[in-house]
Amino acid sequence: MKQIFKISVGFLMLTLTFTSCNNVKSTKSNSALGTNAAEKVYVAPGEYDEFYAFISGGFSGQLSVYGLPSGRLFKVIPVFSQDAEKAYGYNEETKAMLNTSHGFVPWDDAHHPDISQTNGKLDGRYVYINANNTPRIAKVDLTTFETTEIIEIPNSAGNHSSSFVTENTEYVVAGTRFSVPIPQRDMSIKDYKGNFKGSLSFLKVNPENGEMSIKFQLLMPGFDYDLSHPGRGKSHGWFFFSTYNSEEANSLLEVNASQNDKDFIAAINWKKIEDYVNNGGGTKVPSKYAHNIYNEEDHTATSKMMQEVVQVKPSEVPGAIFLLPTPKSPHGCDVDPSGEYIVGNGKLSANLTVHSFTKMLDAIDNKKFDGEAYGIPILKFEDVLAGVVEQAGLGPLHTEFDDKGNGYTSFFISSEVVKWKLGTWEVLDRKPTFYSVGHVMIPGGNSAAPFGKYLLAMNKITKDRYLPTGPEVTQSAQLYDITGDKMEMLLDFPTVGEPHYAAGIPADLITPKSRKLYKLENNKHPYAAKSDADTKVTRNGNEVHVQMTMIRSHFSPDNIEGIKVGDKVYFHVTNLEQDYDVPHGIAMIGANTSELLVMPGQTETFVWEPKQVGVWPFYCTDFCSALHQEMQGYVRVSPASSNIDLSWSLGEDF
Amino acid sequence: MKKSNIIMLIAALLPLGLFIFPLWKITLEAPQYPIPLGMKIFINDFADANPFDIKNINLLNHYVGMKYIPDAIPEFKIFPIGIIFSTIIGLFIAFKGNYKWFLGWFIYMVAVSAAGIYDFYIWEHDYGHNLDPKAILKFTNPDGSVMGFQPPLLGTKHILNFTAHSYPQLGALFLTLGILIALIAYFVGKKNRVKT
Repeated sequence: MKQIFKISVGFLMLTLTFTSCNNVKSTKSNSALGTNAAEKVYVAPGEYDEFYAFISGGFSGQLSVYGLPSGRLFKVIPVFSQDAEKAYGYNEETKAMLNTSHGFVPWDDAHHPDISQTNGKLDGRYVYINANNTPRIAKVDLTTFETTEIIEIPNSAGNHSSSFVTENTEYVVAGTRFSVPIPQRDMSIKDYKGNFKGSLSFLKVNPENGEMSIKFQLLMPGFDYDLSHPGRGKSHGWFFFSTYNSEEANSLLEVNASQNDKDFIAAINWKKIEDYVNNGGGTKVPSKYAHNIYNEEDHTATSKMMQEVVQVKPSEVPGAIFLLPTPKSPHGCDVDPSGEYIVGNGKLSANLTVHSFTKMLDAIDNKKFDGEAYGIPILKFEDVLAGVVEQAGLGPLHTEFDDKGNGYTSFFISSEVVKWKLGTWEVLDRKPTFYSVGHVMIPGGNSAAPFGKYLLAMNKITKDRYLPTGPEVTQSAQLYDITGDKMEMLLDFPTVGEPHYAAGIPADLITPKSRKLYKLENNKHPYAAKSDADTKVTRNGNEVHVQMTMIRSHFSPDNIEGIKVGDKVYFHVTNLEQDYDVPHGIAMIGANTSELLVMPGQTETFVWEPKQVGVWPFYCTDFCSALHQEMQGYVRVSPASSNIDLSWSLGEDF
Repeated sequence: MKKSNIIMLIAALLPLGLFIFPLWKITLEAPQYPIPLGMKIFINDFADANPFDIKNINLLNHYVGMKYIPDAIPEFKIFPIGIIFSTIIGLFIAFKGNYKWFLGWFIYMVAVSAAGIYDFYIWEHDYGHNLDPKAILKFTNPDGSVMGFQPPLLGTKHILNFTAHSYPQLGALFLTLGILIALIAYFVGKKNRVKT
């Protein structure tokens, strides 16, 4: 009996040991348990996050606004895709935002948001973001968190090495991923090599209002231009673009574009080319592209079709463009806060190649060239190399920097983030990501002054990390604390669309400037009704314009008669509220469009083409007040042949 | 110039501060208004504490049938004239009068201010009780009478989901100081008179 007892106790002890072992193991693999991680990401109810994170939605086409460290989602800013919730691209005012030389394009692939800078530091004025598919760059105004400009990039395809800003937001760049015939023409795809070109567009930014205009397009050899970053500090005036497919393959690129041991980072002295263009250099070439601007005063976007761009060939500006050999199809091309180091993240390599700006200038001065490509000098790899982070991981994609001289690189294949030291090139720490991290973000990581507190890893795959939702599972990002010697994973959080790339900024650089409402007195919309006295319904043939107001808790007018089948009815609806956070919505039965969601002081328009006789209701869609359910109205639709006059009223019957 | 007359001169000028600073402020707090709504009352105007506050107070008040806060009231014309008139008299007394006149000015000003406060109360009472019979929300007091929404004359009061505060502002302080200093001028003048 005693023996049995002893054995039992022994087994129990063993079980306990193993159990605790398991616990330790699982703690390790998640690295967020058993620490105060929860405390670090907990933002108490009513408290604010420390940082904004602007995370692109990749194939969602939009830009999501999150708080860090909580990972809470605040807003999805519609940029390149229609958004029925906000009527973006549906209402008459914003349809023009999605106009292109190909007509109305309701979707795109939003990739790389970048925050405007002054003196190399984030200034929190605008976010620029690129559309990959139908090449465009958008500007998001950070006072309203709305897209206020979209410019199309002609002679480009797969606008991927974009939309990064220079240290005083002099320029936003747009480099083509797919080289194409320039100008476009009917030719055999097999004749790609030597004939296709890759355009790198430099968009001048108006310092007053952030508006973009294409200053020049540089016609580069037909490689794929993948990512880019500006020089800063000592290297200000230069821009660096990573390339792959220097083989110039046009088919089965996964094999054919992976043959060269080294591709290039193209170093572009944009100041030199700017001078050349300012002095009349370059060629004006007919190119059709749309430039769409949203005007905050009339709440309306206008689209202008532009007709030409200035193009520059590298041979026209000698000494402005050089190629830095970089191993294995580099993806990210990242410049450290000092501007000295240019990191090439060779995505098929286990090493990380770092070039030195100083050594590059020296090699250029001493003409240490190793041949040329289409007339562009190639510098010798050894002459420009600053160092190699050896065997850091597999498949490096993107590096961001903290303010303590460290780089943080994502490794897609080995699914980890690796911290390493600039200058000594030693690996300091590595932490797994779940799974297959793409880009990483440190607030201000692409600037002279990063805020090295958190690192955000944006994953391409989540598999089993969340409750399953059928074949399509959530996309996700992960937050790491990088204040210590070792990184600590704090949080997983789901994202809207693919969390492709992000830009982060301390909240206090933005919150004081955030708009609360649009002033009604500044509303210059041609169909605005700024008071009940301005409301009316007018007919011009079969086109009817309803100028309507909304305020808690009624529409004015809310009874309309005299509409006929076959009419095209424009509802121009003005929100008369002048209070923070009191939007009103409106939806009409059978309207072949979205609702409107109108902010205080704003006017928006939807079109309704009634097809059936009857009395049809409309109502407020945003729960605005205690009498939200009462906020409704009727439109009487008569046969096309009827002769009932237009009439409209509010509250007359009682 | 005598010391008491100089004091009286200061007393007469102080009410002019009403032309710079608000007289009174009514503030409305509610959970949905983390930044409270507020109305400043100047002697010649109602002003928003924060942009659009009066518009938003009106918007809320329409639910319970209260009238809109008017853009202008007759008092806005009468009060400034009254203050300027009082100051002119005060200045005249300061230069020409003796301490007995100072007391007269003091009593006159107390009376005028009391009339002003009474006028304010009458308006407030009407504003809070003269309700639209078709009001969206109608409330009754426990005794069955119609609930009024009169803000307090001075102090803090709970009205439905709002906490209303009503307190004097810098302008009122200037007026009060002016009145009190006139009284001091009287006593100083009287004391000196006794001495000589």
